[in-house]
Amino acid sequence: MEFEPVIGLEVHVQLNTKSKLFCSCATVFGAEPNTQVCPVCLGHPGVLPVMNRKALEYAVLCGLALNCSISRFSKFDRKNYFYPDLPKNYQVSQFDKPFCYNGFVTIHVDGKDKRIGVTRAHLEEDAGKLLHSDAGAGSGVDFNRTGIPLLEIVSEPDISSPEEAYAYLTALKSIIGYLDISDCNMEEGSLRCDANVSIRPKGQKEFGVKAEIKNMNSFRGVLKAVSYEIDRQTEVLLCGGKVVQETRLWDADKNMTFSMRSKEEAHDYRYFPEPDLVPVVLTEANIEEIRKYLPELPSARMKRFVMDYGITEYDAEVLTGDKKLADYYEDCTRLFNDYKSISNWIQSELLRELNDRKLPVTASSVCPKKLTDMLRLIQNGTISGKIAKTVFAQMFETGKDADTIIKEKGLVQISDPDELKKIIADVIDSNGSIVDDYKGGKEKSFMFLVGQVMKATKGKANPQVVNQMLKDAIG
Amino acid sequence: MDIFNQTACQLIKMLQSKEITSRQLVESVIDRIGAVDSKINAFVYVDNTAALEKADEIDARRANGEPLGALAGIPVALKDNLLYCRRPVTCASNILKGYYSSYNATVVEKLIGADAVIIGVANMDEFAMGSSCETSCYGPSRNPWNQDCITGGSSGGSAAAVAADETILALGSDTGGSIRQPSALCGVVGMKPTYGRVSRYGLVAFASSLDQIGPITKSVADNALLLQVISGYDHRDSTSINEDVPDYSASLGESIKGLKIGIPKEYFLYGMDSDIETATKKAIETFQQLGAQPVEISLPYTEYAIATYYIIATAEASANLARFDGVRYGNRAKDADNLIDMYCKTKSQGFGAEVKRRILLGTYVLSSGYYDAYYKKAQKVRTLIRDDFSKAFQKVDCIVAPTSPTSAFKIGEKIDDPLTMYLSDIFTISLNLAGLPGISIPCGFSKDSLPIGLQIIGKPFDESTILRAAYAFEQNTVFHTQKPNLV
Amino acid sequence: MAFTRQDVDYIAKLARITLSDDEQKNFTRQLDSILEYVNKLNELDTDSVEPTAHILPVQNVFREDEVKPCADSKLAVEQSPELRDGLFIVPPVIE
Repeated sequence: MEFEPVIGLEVHVQLNTKSKLFCSCATVFGAEPNTQVCPVCLGHPGVLPVMNRKALEYAVLCGLALNCSISRFSKFDRKNYFYPDLPKNYQVSQFDKPFCYNGFVTIHVDGKDKRIGVTRAHLEEDAGKLLHSDAGAGSGVDFNRTGIPLLEIVSEPDISSPEEAYAYLTALKSIIGYLDISDCNMEEGSLRCDANVSIRPKGQKEFGVKAEIKNMNSFRGVLKAVSYEIDRQTEVLLCGGKVVQETRLWDADKNMTFSMRSKEEAHDYRYFPEPDLVPVVLTEANIEEIRKYLPELPSARMKRFVMDYGITEYDAEVLTGDKKLADYYEDCTRLFNDYKSISNWIQSELLRELNDRKLPVTASSVCPKKLTDMLRLIQNGTISGKIAKTVFAQMFETGKDADTIIKEKGLVQISDPDELKKIIADVIDSNGSIVDDYKGGKEKSFMFLVGQVMKATKGKANPQVVNQMLKDAIG
Repeated sequence: MDIFNQTACQLIKMLQSKEITSRQLVESVIDRIGAVDSKINAFVYVDNTAALEKADEIDARRANGEPLGALAGIPVALKDNLLYCRRPVTCASNILKGYYSSYNATVVEKLIGADAVIIGVANMDEFAMGSSCETSCYGPSRNPWNQDCITGGSSGGSAAAVAADETILALGSDTGGSIRQPSALCGVVGMKPTYGRVSRYGLVAFASSLDQIGPITKSVADNALLLQVISGYDHRDSTSINEDVPDYSASLGESIKGLKIGIPKEYFLYGMDSDIETATKKAIETFQQLGAQPVEISLPYTEYAIATYYIIATAEASANLARFDGVRYGNRAKDADNLIDMYCKTKSQGFGAEVKRRILLGTYVLSSGYYDAYYKKAQKVRTLIRDDFSKAFQKVDCIVAPTSPTSAFKIGEKIDDPLTMYLSDIFTISLNLAGLPGISIPCGFSKDSLPIGLQIIGKPFDESTILRAAYAFEQNTVFHTQKPNLV
Repeated sequence: MAFTRQDVDYIAKLARITLSDDEQKNFTRQLDSILEYVNKLNELDTDSVEPTAHILPVQNVFREDEVKPCADSKLAVEQSPELRDGLFIVPPVIE
């Protein structure tokens, strides 16, 4: 029997407001434990929450970017459960009136566009961090993170492969990056993702029993965990077993999911309206006011890049995936007109250097001006494309501009026939048999001779000039 | 004439005319506490040193001619659920013994800003859950008029302290009658302001949508004075109302001629002591003599108020009290093997029976499968109860009713019968559900010489009218002049 | 719909309260009678009634996104029954 997977993702995005959702504590990542806390976020007796306006604006902005409807009337609810990282032992969240609902994200997989539905996006307060220690000495709790605004984005079960899940996350991260409302750093926990995975016989309408997968800490981890889970469930069903509804944890070292077991004493969250907060009522005008802050989003920008710069859809997608990278590209296009070449250089050399060092494009030591200056030197024949790669690596390393490096290292291209004449003659002399091969019709031999000239000039010879001179000499 | 048995308004004049000093006043009150509190148990603790220091500071500033706040030098007692920075606050619960506040409640800040002298902290029912002050971990407060009787609750310590002249003013909190009922039973004046009038920031929450802080005083004028100080918008409380606070004292003396006073016919159907009924009817006659016009009104959903209240209040409480878990503050059970064990032991050792009962009830009405049947249903009936009042207030300016169906009963009489205890909140509870202001004033004595309270209920944010009616009544009756004989 | 010992056990577990045998017995009886009383609400037809979550017509209360260092934070943290290296220590979490 053939099965098809049904996948839904729950993504928690930490909004990058300066202060927490319901109090004025700072939200900086990595501060000393329990230094960004106050009686309010520690859940002391008598404290009351007051909502951060910016968090609402960010939530609505994100909803608009995800094509959601925005609730005219929303409210907060208390979600009750005991855990030491949850100071009040209830989380202020949104149950039946989320800020955003009924949207979608368009993903691009196998050359096709697909819409993944967004059921809802609601605002809630983050919990603290529980640091487990070994040897039964107990656990430590850091409440710095407690109360940071979280936007929970719940997808419809529209995702039907691990690759689509990956594409959905990438698209979501890209959009949120454009909105600049979150750092979306999965390793630092500013983006978290749980996956609901089930499988069903192909063609069946009803969903199978789902497992909730937690504890993935990278997009690739989500991809792997979902794949693993699909395989696991398929095997269970093929062996005549039944998939159990449960929470499973992804173990990135073992590349497996594990049942959390016992914890599932049926959750009974006892949601009820949060009496300490008042409803949020938004008018059309309020929403339009927020819509003004909506930037050009990745998909629109991609289409524009294809139109305006004549690059391929694939290239445009890579460039627009990250807003800062797209900005970098566009800055370059204002300085230099070979758009295709800019795109190639960014995608090959620049991204490689950045990725090797795990740097964002904004931290690149080669700015658009320096990159385009270098490309101009290739265009006017001062350096060859090959030498340029060395030059670029040096530029990235040292932060110097191309001119300086070329001068320092004597990398200027040799285009003067007088300078090349002797070298070419030497190469012909010492490779008599190969010259004969070429004359005998073996085209490849010619390239070998060019290579020898390049080798003798340490790659500085102008290939076009060498080609011409060699042809002339061999006849 | 003793200093301690004067009203705040009288004492302010005496302080201003330098007839007495703040130190003399505070000493007098401290002596009084020393003399009678062993009988009353109104206070959880008294901070003599801090109070005297504050009194000296006020005296010095007065001597220098510096400007002083509205309550300069006047002793005020706090209920044990209001946070006063660096001072203990326990809600009369073992679970919070040893805990101290890390910030000031807004009302405490306002008292400090008005140069009041915070004399100490008054006893209460544990976490304000009770109508008799018997659920306190410090033992019950005793009624100054008869120490075998309850004070009422939950602000029993505050009301008893005022009645016994152990403080000049006191703050209480009222979730279902917790200011008005003990005020009635102790023969003093207690007001629950409109929901949103006084900031709840720093009041340990029992039921957030019902709780409100209010003044307990010896006279209506004092009540207006203290209400003035604590009222007003607070950006730290999202449910506080950004509306102007009128001058409550200014309108006190105005005539109540033509004032339409609603008499809810349903309130006389549910059974109240005959003494109470007689006193209430007499009070209505008094109003009539003063030119007010009684109008019979109907509040048909009254009989559902207690059921509605005990669902909503306990549901909210079950969440509000979840935070007392031994993790971040308060008492933690020592002998726990693991986290869940620690939670369970901390709570079972820390909470008393009534608190446990209400947490369980509240947990139940919210639990899976019951939310619609209980919580949502109660919220709907709450709408009906609120609409009852809205309709009534189209016809009348205020409503007059008894505060409690009985006078103070014996300590221990009802403690094992929670439902009967809950039913005694019948006249006060609807106001919390509807968010309305209400004041209880002395209106007579039972045949056992125990005080009886009259409740005057106002429109939202119209505390002025009920203060004016209460003042007119007080000025034309003698009940408030009587004092319990304690020494 | 009588309220049973199982109900008490279930909610006590949810509320993280251990009950003694006496408490269990008394609470079952008391809550049963309270719930029976509370069921009188079912006499009312409330199908067309809006529930009241907030008694006040207040909406849209916000604060600006500003960081205000909290003077009382240390005082609040110090209340911990057990503090180690700035962390609140709790007994082992056994799932």
